[in-house]
Amino acid sequence: MTPVKLYPPKPEKVYFFGTCLIDLFYPDAGLDGIRLLEREGIEVIFPQGQTCCGQPAYTSGYHDEARAVAMAQLDLFPESWPIVVPSGSCSGMMRTHYPQLFAGTEHEAQAKEVAGRIFELTEFLLHVCQLRLEDRGQPEKIAMHTSCSARREMGLGETGPTLLARMGQVELVEQARAAECCGFGGTFAVRHPEVSAAMVEDKTQAIEATGATRFVTSDCGCLMNIAGRFEHQDKAIEGEHIASYLWRRTS
Amino acid sequence: MSSARESVQTYTPREFHRQAHDALGNPQIRANFRRAMDGLMGKRRDVFSDWDLETLRELGASIRLRALAKLPDLLERLEANCQANGIQVHWAENGDEACRIIREICQRHDAKAVIKGKSMVSEEMHLNAHLEEAGIVALESDLGEYLVQLNEQTPSHIIMPAIHLNTDEISDIMHDKTGIERTRDVDYMTAAARAQLRERFMAADVGISGVNFAVAETGTLCLVENEGNGRMTTAVPPVHVAVTGIEKVVEHLRDVPPLYALLTRSATGQHVTTYFNMISSPRKPGEHDGPKEVHLVLVDSGRSNIYQDNELLDTLRCIRCGACMNHCPVYTRVGGHTYGTTYPGPIGSILMPHMMGLEETKDLPTASSLCGACGEVCPVKIPIPDLLVRLRRESVGEGRGNVPGAGVKRTRKEAAAWKGFQWLATHPTAWRSGAALAGKLRALAPSKLGPWTEYRTAPKPAKKSLHELVKRHQAEKAKREERP
Amino acid sequence: MSARDNIFKRLRERADGPLTAPESDFAVVTGRGWGREERLARFERWITSVHGEVIHTSCDAWASALVEVLEAKGIRRLALGREHPVAAEARAALAEGGVVLIDADRDIEAWRHEQFHDADAGLTSTRGAIAETGSLWLWPTPDEPRLLSLVPPIHIAVLDADTVEDTFFDVIERNGWADDMPTNALLISGPSKTADIEQTLAYGVHGPRELVVLLRHREQCP
Repeated sequence: MTPVKLYPPKPEKVYFFGTCLIDLFYPDAGLDGIRLLEREGIEVIFPQGQTCCGQPAYTSGYHDEARAVAMAQLDLFPESWPIVVPSGSCSGMMRTHYPQLFAGTEHEAQAKEVAGRIFELTEFLLHVCQLRLEDRGQPEKIAMHTSCSARREMGLGETGPTLLARMGQVELVEQARAAECCGFGGTFAVRHPEVSAAMVEDKTQAIEATGATRFVTSDCGCLMNIAGRFEHQDKAIEGEHIASYLWRRTS
Repeated sequence: MSSARESVQTYTPREFHRQAHDALGNPQIRANFRRAMDGLMGKRRDVFSDWDLETLRELGASIRLRALAKLPDLLERLEANCQANGIQVHWAENGDEACRIIREICQRHDAKAVIKGKSMVSEEMHLNAHLEEAGIVALESDLGEYLVQLNEQTPSHIIMPAIHLNTDEISDIMHDKTGIERTRDVDYMTAAARAQLRERFMAADVGISGVNFAVAETGTLCLVENEGNGRMTTAVPPVHVAVTGIEKVVEHLRDVPPLYALLTRSATGQHVTTYFNMISSPRKPGEHDGPKEVHLVLVDSGRSNIYQDNELLDTLRCIRCGACMNHCPVYTRVGGHTYGTTYPGPIGSILMPHMMGLEETKDLPTASSLCGACGEVCPVKIPIPDLLVRLRRESVGEGRGNVPGAGVKRTRKEAAAWKGFQWLATHPTAWRSGAALAGKLRALAPSKLGPWTEYRTAPKPAKKSLHELVKRHQAEKAKREERP
Repeated sequence: MSARDNIFKRLRERADGPLTAPESDFAVVTGRGWGREERLARFERWITSVHGEVIHTSCDAWASALVEVLEAKGIRRLALGREHPVAAEARAALAEGGVVLIDADRDIEAWRHEQFHDADAGLTSTRGAIAETGSLWLWPTPDEPRLLSLVPPIHIAVLDADTVEDTFFDVIERNGWADDMPTNALLISGPSKTADIEQTLAYGVHGPRELVVLLRHREQCP
């Protein structure tokens, strides 16, 4: 269980760690996250040297490789600004597993220091920015899938829904078994494709059954998985990263 | 032959993928597990609603950790106190030794028929088959275990062994195997089983049970159950043999109530079970019932090896409630038999590699999306996802080598792929040009990405990476700010 | 070396070194502070929620309540002890009626078949109960052996309201269980049950299908 975090006052600047999935497949979500932060008067620093948090290697058991990759990120955040990550899974890796990964090494203190500055985007927008949102979109019924890492590892099951509740025209509906995994799980989807497929099938059916025309999520792994399943079946339900959804309707 | 009978087969962890494929393709199995797991999750949620669950879990974890911290001392105390109470204590390094000890006890009493209460440790060591070879019939008396045994299967869940079967299938099994009429009347089937088993209790020469908690302070064996078969097994036959793992010991009697509260609530969402049976000695002079001999067989089977390692040690906290499987999205989809091991689901995936080796069980630690539901509900706070990752490390040879079969999964190809990933992710310039290149070539991106695209559309790389979008965004911003 | 020696050697010579035992805070399982009414209400709510039946009676009238229960349930043959006041008073009350009294204070080998096949119900005293879980606690004795509460299809248990305590932890601590464990200590919460057939509850799978608690209140007691 993540201990209750004491949130700092809104800072002048933050670092933004975009994550590799966003970098490669969903860069607009990353940019929309940056815009939301900038609109709150925060200067966003995007270290161009960033690549990946190392989680794929970590969860696959390749910890030497994961440590090397993580090491390459540790020096990117020299000032004491918070580090905002638009993903529950990557922020969980950096907050929880970096200290484990470097335990007993010369970088342990640095890993812990960086870990202490990691915030997931919706967490930061809600608890640090106290974000106010003026919804300019059409009335719409949507569902949200909170990633398992955001919900359990980071203890952030409510930040996304709370932000969405501030959108005047949005009706958030909850799908059955909302807390159940969508079946992505990184390399799990590749190593156990049939089990993963059964899981995403159930997830898409649950979302569809709510009558929502769209779903949002704070993790691009889940987005890729769930939206990919909807698209494969030619369903009209579209998925979007919550950063893009919030920015699109309030800008 | 009914459908339930056709499902009779043996399962092995080596065949996890094939068994998962079969289970996923069986709508009956999928429906049975989904319904059962939904029900169990709901009941657990309700029963804990008015409890300070976190505080209770903290307490449960501290009790189990304290027991493990003092394990050798507590085992000595348990042994001494049991012996002082008249319980005979035996030690077995592995399942075969434990089977031999129990068989010899049976043979000393010229036993032909043994009645069994529920014991996963006896399943772990395949006791029934061993006794059968010696001409001793071992009959399961827990209703679920009895049904599974009639159907020549193994349990698919550690608490609810017959959870993979529905009423119609059970009716078929009871009809085929015991000759009762086919029925959907659960009370009728239960009464029939009661009648069949009561005769067997009376005729049994030896009763064999498991143990939920063994109390060092008093030399007491605690058994948790609803049916009463555990009480029958431990009180009707003249000899009682309790078999359990060496990790089941707790220090004090007062450690028991919190663990019992956590166990029943986590397992089946019950605030209490019908019976809590605490046995501290055989029948004493002047007493009129109960066994005249009580034996406790303590089995290691890899547990003392798990005990060596500070991280793996947490595996031994387990109180066998099954909540991790009830909440596991993978277990819910594929069912217990797919794992091919005595303990299925998340706890099995972190325990069985130590008992069977990683070569046999290499697909189990990866059979998890690491969603964390198991760790979240574990009543003694075992960090199951972390342990799954640890076993993945061990199987690719990047752990501490403390698990049998460590490194068995390492292939040159996969190791090279991760080295490649490492190189790219530690060379930002190459990473950026790689991302840019992927974007430019997105039209050429394969629409088939192996298994992913059998069920999902493959994502296409974006035209421009976030690195590029941010550069452009910052340039535009700078330009705007230059303007008056 | 014996298996025992090998196991202890591995445990004692632990590779990662000795472990530190954490402290346990038991506050969460004690200190409920319920008053008498609340305690009894909780006991009754929980035990009835698992199919137990509670009949309120007094120390004077309980034996006639027992007679009524036997009559209502058609119990013709009742197994019971002899020396415990509960058994003695029941015997006195039933001496005249048509109920056959089966002596439970005999070696089971002598009457196993009778117990399994002929007894309609078993009567036992109880040592106390637990409000939080609706559980009776019994320490079977030579007078009231352990199978008496298990084998007959109906279990009638006599409980004094004053002996109900808040939690299991309280019962163990306040009654000094750890200093004096009997051969068999039991918590009983309702009749025997199973849900092994497709999660459907069925009662009396191995033990009693009915549990009747005669709850004696002190107000009317000497």
